[in-house]
Amino acid sequence: MKSLTRFFIIIFVVSFALLFLVSRLNATQGLSGGNTLTIYNWGDYIDPTLIKKFEKETGIKVIYQTFDSNEAMMTKIDQGGTTFDVAVPSEYAVDKMKKDHMLIPIDKAKLPNLKYIDPHFMNLSFDPNNKYSIPYFWGTVGLVYNSSMLGGKKLTSWNDLWDKDLRNKILLVDGAREVMGMGLNSLHYSLNDTNEAHLQQAQRKLATLTPNIKAIVGDEIKMLLANEEAAVGVVWSGDAAEIMDENDKLDYVVPKEGSNLWFDNMVIPKTAKNIDGAHKFINFMLDPKNAAKNAEYVGYSTPNKKAMEYLPKEVANDKRFYPDLNKTENLEVYKNLGKKMLAHYNELFLEFKMHHK
Amino acid sequence: MKNKKAFSNIYLVIIFIILYAPIFYLMFYSFNSGETMHGFKGFTLDWYKEVFQDTRLIIIVINTIIIALLSAAISTILGVAGALAISYVRRRQTKNTLLTLNNVLIVSPDVIIGASFLILFTIVGIKLGFTSVLLSHIAFSVPIVVIMVLPKLQEMSSSLIDAARDLGASQWQVLTKVILPFITPGIFAGFFMALTYSLDDFSVTFFVTGNGFSTLSVEIYSRARQGISLSINALSTLIFLFTIILVIGYYFINQRNNRPNGTGVKK
Amino acid sequence: MRSRTRNIYLIPYVLWIVLFVVAPIVLIVYYSFFDIEGHFTLGNYRHFFTVVYMRMTLSSFWYALLITVFCLLISYPTAYFLTKTKHKQLWLLLIILPTWINLLLKAYAFIGIFGTYGTANSLLKFLGIGAKQILFTDFSFIFVSVYIFIPFMILPIFNSLEELNPSLVDASRDLGASAWTRFKRVIFPLTIDGVKSGCQAVFIPALSLFMITRLIAGNRVITLGTAIEEHFLVTQDWGMGATIAVFLIILMAIIMAVTGLRKRGI
Repeated sequence: MKSLTRFFIIIFVVSFALLFLVSRLNATQGLSGGNTLTIYNWGDYIDPTLIKKFEKETGIKVIYQTFDSNEAMMTKIDQGGTTFDVAVPSEYAVDKMKKDHMLIPIDKAKLPNLKYIDPHFMNLSFDPNNKYSIPYFWGTVGLVYNSSMLGGKKLTSWNDLWDKDLRNKILLVDGAREVMGMGLNSLHYSLNDTNEAHLQQAQRKLATLTPNIKAIVGDEIKMLLANEEAAVGVVWSGDAAEIMDENDKLDYVVPKEGSNLWFDNMVIPKTAKNIDGAHKFINFMLDPKNAAKNAEYVGYSTPNKKAMEYLPKEVANDKRFYPDLNKTENLEVYKNLGKKMLAHYNELFLEFKMHHK
Repeated sequence: MKNKKAFSNIYLVIIFIILYAPIFYLMFYSFNSGETMHGFKGFTLDWYKEVFQDTRLIIIVINTIIIALLSAAISTILGVAGALAISYVRRRQTKNTLLTLNNVLIVSPDVIIGASFLILFTIVGIKLGFTSVLLSHIAFSVPIVVIMVLPKLQEMSSSLIDAARDLGASQWQVLTKVILPFITPGIFAGFFMALTYSLDDFSVTFFVTGNGFSTLSVEIYSRARQGISLSINALSTLIFLFTIILVIGYYFINQRNNRPNGTGVKK
Repeated sequence: MRSRTRNIYLIPYVLWIVLFVVAPIVLIVYYSFFDIEGHFTLGNYRHFFTVVYMRMTLSSFWYALLITVFCLLISYPTAYFLTKTKHKQLWLLLIILPTWINLLLKAYAFIGIFGTYGTANSLLKFLGIGAKQILFTDFSFIFVSVYIFIPFMILPIFNSLEELNPSLVDASRDLGASAWTRFKRVIFPLTIDGVKSGCQAVFIPALSLFMITRLIAGNRVITLGTAIEEHFLVTQDWGMGATIAVFLIILMAIIMAVTGLRKRGI
């Protein structure tokens, strides 16, 4: 009994000592002050020095939180427990949040730097006139492949994946829309297709792909491809850029049948407290020099036209990540298909996964 | 007899090697000058420097430890009460119902626990942050404590209690001088299991946290999309080494102070 | 009996149960009756009894069983040998220690170890067996799952073994029992409670494994957990997710009843 009580006393004492320590640390960070801005972003998706720069320039203290999926982020914002001033959802999430009245319209008058965004990226279907969102990063979905592991072969289309030589050589991302979209695109259908016959057709075609698929994975796909665990991966372009940094034998291509064009965007949730600060932050990130610095750190493609002048030449001219925007008709943005259809896509994807054994 | 000793030792060594293989792998790469856990490029201490400069990360680590310690301690107390409660219930039906209810949280996927707790806290009006995370961790750790403590209670022969009572012990004395010492191993087991559950948890914490409060698991999972930097390896190595020193140190201090444990009532 | 005073313990415990177990269960059951658009329906339950979900349930059950059995086979001897060592409490703590390192990190380490060019394959090549695909197989999945659950199985068994009265074992030896008989008739039955606790602490969570199915098995193994996480997080079909959860809970209750406390003097 003695040792028990002693043990518990130690535990409680240590805990309270640590609590004290943390409150002191928080104070040095200035987190227990007034003028704050709460940002909700993907993990490791901003150059940390930019946050410090922003704090210095504006005197606003930043509280930074991270999430790892749009859905989780939306659930958290919906519940309202924390008040986020800026969030960075993907385009289909922006559409959803719009419909669910979770966003505040953005006051463009407060964003003089908005003019630097490439007009190709403004006024897109998921947010006409950019009433609620400002583009942050963008990219495509495509194939990253290791030519040397394929005997020098070059891939150019989705249908190349069904080649018998690629048996057990492909990694897919764990995303229903990406995989179903790939199936639909390979049949020359739109990846927003809701026609049941087309979906079943895509499902059947995907079932024939299973012998070629090594695994269906998440973020670890980057590590796996860089380590040459597989020869081909279906990934987002931002991931591809990182993988190719790791392993220069890899190349990235957007399949010619068409693919997905994605955007991550800055929005202001309805429950925001520091709306003025939010606008200041968005404007800050739109500054070309800041956008360029961010793009260099994160490695994804920036929608900021002026920022591209500050990027290293090889990056800005890399057509794989900055394709000619006038030639992107077969790149589609995901439409919000509605809850029921989305559930259907996921069911089909789940069946596809179960097939794969 | 000697062969048996050798065999058992070899077996244990193998188990330990397997258990620690991934840990050493992580530690090894925390010194990698390359960016990933593949292809050791050269030795560097840069990642460790990065850890100490990242105040936000340090705050997160300390928060994680606080939550783990407090939730483990409180859930152990609650869990022991629970185990006592279950063992004292007479009717088989009630006992089994309580046990089933107890285990619901263990079987439920974390997402569901997280989501339902979130709804609960929102309804009750508890602000998300330290409090909500602490309550949640206590909540899901109690069942495992009960599971660890209950077998010990069942092993205990009731004649011990009867004997104590015959000798004039009060309710409190029976508890503190007979029951608790007997089940102490179970209590410690429960405590450490609760600690484990808390340190490792991601989903539940993610759902119920807010206002800038975060734990290490949430931070690590959030970074997965961008690729986990080796500074996390460095951080884990530091935490691990610190814990080992703590554990070994505490153990040998205890050894020196206590006499060896017998199977029976403590004096 | 003096059972009235003893039930004081019930008060904090039952309070906890009502708040954090009963309330969430009620919520889950409530949600399971709503479809994705918020309409009351029994459709989710009907949907559960289709081929896809039935296969998933059987698959989860089967893998959970395998994991538990292997875990038991490895943990029991470990616990037994541990009880014979000198600093047993220390070794026990050292066994638990690795579990405090974040799961994602350990999984990444395993990906590195089991990778095509990883440590394991280097070892195999050195031994002349040649490289094999270890990742994304049933083997690696069960291996890593067992790895994760070992401490949860060892602890209760260890505690049971510690409580074992050694004179009982000695007596049986005196009476001429062989090592195997000693184990089968004396040691194992007396430690069965620890074994049961361990199995419950392993089998039940193993049914809803989800991170490992993706990281190590590459989604070649689908458990009920995979489906639930997807429904809750991606599809936002809380109704269907809740329905699967309900079945998980029912399954758990059945298992508990079957392996339950049938012993005397509980």
